[in-house]
Amino acid sequence: MSINDISYRFSHKSQLDQNNNDELPLNINNFNLNSLAPSISIPPISQPTDFLRAHTDDDINPDCNIKIAHGTTTLAFRFKEGIIVAVDSRATAGNWIASQTVKKVIEINPMLLGTMAGGAADCQYWETWLGTQCRLHELRNKERISVCAASKILSNLVYNYKGMGLSMGTMICGFTPKEGPTIYYVDSDGTRLKGDLFCVGSGQTFAYGVLDSNYKWDLTVDEALYLGKRSILAAAHRDAFSGGSINLFHVTENGWVFHGNHDVGPLFWEIKEAEGSFNNVNS
Amino acid sequence: MDIILGIRVKDSVIVATSKAFTRGISILKDNDDKTRTLNQFNLLAFTGDSGDTTQFAEYIQANIQLFSMRENTEMDSKSIASYIRQQLASSLRSRKPYQVQIMLGGLNKGIEPFLTIIDYLGTRTDLPYCAHGYAAFYTMSLLDHHYKENMSLEDGLRILKLCHEELDKRMPVDFKGLNVKVIDKDGVRDVEF
Repeated sequence: MSINDISYRFSHKSQLDQNNNDELPLNINNFNLNSLAPSISIPPISQPTDFLRAHTDDDINPDCNIKIAHGTTTLAFRFKEGIIVAVDSRATAGNWIASQTVKKVIEINPMLLGTMAGGAADCQYWETWLGTQCRLHELRNKERISVCAASKILSNLVYNYKGMGLSMGTMICGFTPKEGPTIYYVDSDGTRLKGDLFCVGSGQTFAYGVLDSNYKWDLTVDEALYLGKRSILAAAHRDAFSGGSINLFHVTENGWVFHGNHDVGPLFWEIKEAEGSFNNVNS
Repeated sequence: MDIILGIRVKDSVIVATSKAFTRGISILKDNDDKTRTLNQFNLLAFTGDSGDTTQFAEYIQANIQLFSMRENTEMDSKSIASYIRQQLASSLRSRKPYQVQIMLGGLNKGIEPFLTIIDYLGTRTDLPYCAHGYAAFYTMSLLDHHYKENMSLEDGLRILKLCHEELDKRMPVDFKGLNVKVIDKDGVRDVEF
């Protein structure tokens, strides 16, 4: 149901109009696959924002009906040989660890990756939706979509829903011949930023700490993969809402390559041993 | 705590914006550009609610370019200012108003330097020098003190330097320096600062 249908139903009609369409059927399936700018559907409530606030805010209302999964550390950075994407895998709902095995990197297509922070459902749904839009772009234009354009489709979409409770902080990462390795940060208030290095989520500060101090453009692939992994580990160690395991990806000109899932438990002791770091913890 | 500063001098206008892009407690970017070029002689600088800012600026930019394509004429600064004010005023009474503060600098009809600030309520004020946000508290006294009518671009940049030094010294957070742009008879250009 689009906003126009709702407003049409409740807007003032002249006598003549009322006679003509007494029972206006609500057109539910009126979205158009050809449209890049999607029509927006909103819940049939007068104030979606207030509704969400009443039913999701578990700080004020601990017995609320909906608990949104939050708390994450995700990072992506550009370097000489492409892009490294690293994420943790913990999902929390309030103080409850809902899962330790979440896939927070969403494979939009073989060339594009999206990361997930904020509402898990929002990110998963809209990033797979972005995948379909990218495929449609390919079919229409006989050319792969640029990262710039893909991220703008997503940011325009979330901007349409601004203030209605979407919660996402994501990085769209890809490699195109025209742009080279590119990262765009897109979040649910409509921000869209191009950059070399981003950390997103509740553990972002901890990840920035390690990443900023060791980052160089000329990192080798192995060094870069290790740095990504190490930065997430730092966040998983300090941030209560991050943890589980680390998923590592390398984006190259031929698409993304998965570099394994690393359980934070054993990895922590392994790295502590190898680096002689984490000396606040006694083994 | 974004900084937007503008100074109108003899035959040009200086617009300076802070480079930091901040979300929550992190600076996500240190080379952000908070301006959009509308046409050859007009530059729009903006702050406010992130998301709204770029969407609004790009909307204005697109509409002004569309107008000049349709009518085969460039819009002058005063018309642009009226148009932006009108858009903000009608947005204010909508379900979701744009939360943006605007500064427009340009050469009116390619000759007369023009500077105006417009807030989200649609208040437009044409001024010789102005600032948005906290920057105004630090810099307005400085500009009141040093600004002269018909001063040269070099003197304008000198005052801007003073403003920058003061902001650097007294602002509680790092704003990562200023992006400085000048609009003069040759159009919009970046200035090394």
